[in-house]
Amino acid sequence: MLGRTAASLFWMSRFQERAQNSAKLLEVAYRTDMMPSNRSKDAGDWRFALIASGSEFGYSEKIGELTPRGVINYMVFDRDNPSSVRVCLENARNNGRAVRTGITAELWESLNTTYLEFSDVNPLSITQDKLPEFLSWISQRSHLFRGALLNTLLRDDGYYFSQLGNFVERADNTARILDTQYWVLLPDNDVIGDGSLERQQWSGILRALSGLRSYRFAYPDAKLKATNIAEFLILRKEMPRSLAYCCDWIDDTADDLAQFYGERLPSLDMAAANWTAMRATTIEDVYRRGLHDFLLDFISKNNSFAMQLSEDYNFA
Amino acid sequence: MSEERSFFNEMLDEEGNPRAPYAMMADWLDSKPPNYLKRKSREAETIFRRLGITFAVYGAQKATERLIPFDPIPRVISAAEWRRLSAGIDQRVRALNAFLHDIYHRQEIIRAGRIPAELILQNEAFLPEMVGFTPARKVYAHIIGTDLVRVSEDEFYVLEDNTRTPSGVSYMLENRETMMRLFPDLFQRHRVADVEQYPEHLRATLESVGPDQSKSDQTIVVLTPGIYNSAYFEHAFLADSMGVELVEGRDLFVDNGRVYMRTTRAPRPVDVIYRRIDDAFLDPLTFNPDSFLGVPGLFDAYRAGNVTICNAPGTGIADDKAIYAYVPEIIEFYTGQKPILNNVPTWHCSRSDDLAYVLDNLQDIVVKEVHGSGGYGMLIGPTASKREISEFRKILISNPSNYIAQPTLALSACPTHVSSGVAPRHVDLRPYVLIGDQVRITPGGLTRVALKKGSLVVNSSQGGGTKDTWVLED
Repeated sequence: MLGRTAASLFWMSRFQERAQNSAKLLEVAYRTDMMPSNRSKDAGDWRFALIASGSEFGYSEKIGELTPRGVINYMVFDRDNPSSVRVCLENARNNGRAVRTGITAELWESLNTTYLEFSDVNPLSITQDKLPEFLSWISQRSHLFRGALLNTLLRDDGYYFSQLGNFVERADNTARILDTQYWVLLPDNDVIGDGSLERQQWSGILRALSGLRSYRFAYPDAKLKATNIAEFLILRKEMPRSLAYCCDWIDDTADDLAQFYGERLPSLDMAAANWTAMRATTIEDVYRRGLHDFLLDFISKNNSFAMQLSEDYNFA
Repeated sequence: MSEERSFFNEMLDEEGNPRAPYAMMADWLDSKPPNYLKRKSREAETIFRRLGITFAVYGAQKATERLIPFDPIPRVISAAEWRRLSAGIDQRVRALNAFLHDIYHRQEIIRAGRIPAELILQNEAFLPEMVGFTPARKVYAHIIGTDLVRVSEDEFYVLEDNTRTPSGVSYMLENRETMMRLFPDLFQRHRVADVEQYPEHLRATLESVGPDQSKSDQTIVVLTPGIYNSAYFEHAFLADSMGVELVEGRDLFVDNGRVYMRTTRAPRPVDVIYRRIDDAFLDPLTFNPDSFLGVPGLFDAYRAGNVTICNAPGTGIADDKAIYAYVPEIIEFYTGQKPILNNVPTWHCSRSDDLAYVLDNLQDIVVKEVHGSGGYGMLIGPTASKREISEFRKILISNPSNYIAQPTLALSACPTHVSSGVAPRHVDLRPYVLIGDQVRITPGGLTRVALKKGSLVVNSSQGGGTKDTWVLED
């Protein structure tokens, strides 16, 4: 396989995942904005969405004043925002187009249709009341993409590279969302506990990672607790957006890739080391090291893995 | 205003009765309810859009992707008509390849005084770098799209030979696929010659010109300028249907005179490159130094005989509009036979007599740029306004040698689905020819249709559409 093809498959998946994550963050901001406790209207929830998607700087440079409308436009439609849904969908599709021969018709059709339908949307038509439906459409389209990928792509190197792109992006996103509000997840908060503000923030984080329902199943008493939420989103392998889940997938896929090529390159060892370390970690370890430091360290390791991968397999 | 000029209607004769090849088609059209074709057209559009069968249009502020309009009524060609056409095409492509070999070697045709030397040696499309080099099997143009128009029952003219990188073959294939999905009943009534073997034939052709014929497994690639090229879909489509890699220039590199692909593992040697980029962009070391599309060192590897480039660099001279007028000479010179297919009479505006005639008759003729393509920068006298003509006159006078002119041909017309129902619209035809160990001509080709009433411009960039083209079997 061409190195460029591997890169395109990797980035196709990353961008599609990122589009969904941006949509998800907005969904949470929108929801929190409606909460009664939020009548002060400092637009803090919208800022959270910007920070978690890494768009805060760009926004303050280009738009300035923080308004819901401004954030929605910037994160969904703005061509200058590298994380906007529009740019992500366009990049996902262009990467797919560049490897048109390496992906299935089903996968291409899902990418292409999403892009075409999104392009037809007039930003002005997405008023506040239409936003939730539109965001959930974006999510649905991402699910369709994943489904088409899992159900139709040949299990060869192309599949492995696209899976790696997906989980590298997802791990990065989860870690960033946690880090943006890490103080809310410190154990002290459990003691102060149960104020409606904390609960709202906790459920916001869980929602952003599609984990509110499953959290209640994973923790039998179903009560929201900072340490449990942190554990759930970092260490619980059952949670498909947790860091552990992503590390596990990356490690498995790395093994498959090593087997496929009959050779283990440095990036694959990094994947194994990341997963071994994650598996041995307890939530107490995380707090002992400091939640913020732990997350920053994770983001950097995840990123180093992606860079090494692109070097090992001649991306670019 | 103007009376519609008389033209050959491929479906109906002068009395309005269906001609033999169209007999069943005419019946079928009559049997369908009024909205049937409209519905089918819409279905077809959905299929094309979903599959991403688009082309990019330039000229607007930014390139956009568009669908080429697809007309659901197929064009029908009888077996006998096709036999004559394909014999003519076969003769023509063999002669053009012999011509290319000659002008890059002994130049007998110049010595014999059949073509003026300066027309070749001073032609921009003539590549001095190719002189003395002989590609595998002496084939230069491996893939040719011969543009034909029909003006009467048995009169066809060749408009252009397209010996560089002819495009559109993916439309021929996808049009057929779509037609088979939309109208299975129509196929049951006719015996239509297959076109789907084209990718296999293309692959066999490319394999047959690999640099080392003792090698059983030739590595072939399709070289594309990238996803923003107007024909990118076709590049991907062909690579996919041949089962070979689609590469960009940056995916290839030359080491020690050999061409390699950059893969996720060890570099892989490449034997045959079906390139869809122009000569000038192939190799920044030999040609355009500003090109990012090409592969540095490629031309040296080619001249060393380590890789085959299809079509060969320098084939453009064979479809140069100034050379075109000499193709009948070329055919006679290299084959000793009379041409089977006609050339359109051509005036060279570089000659003062010709120019004078052209300027006097602008309202009746077609003027084209010598090196132009895609229907840009041309004048179609009979449909142009007074003002367009007078503006074009100035441009022409300022640079006459850049132009040739031809009489306006009364292009034949085929039944076409239009808003008011079914009406005749003018068409041309581009059959696709492959030349390697043998000459393979796919029965049919791409029919382009001018969708506007009375229009003679079939180019997709100028509002033309396409049709499936059926060659009937006996």
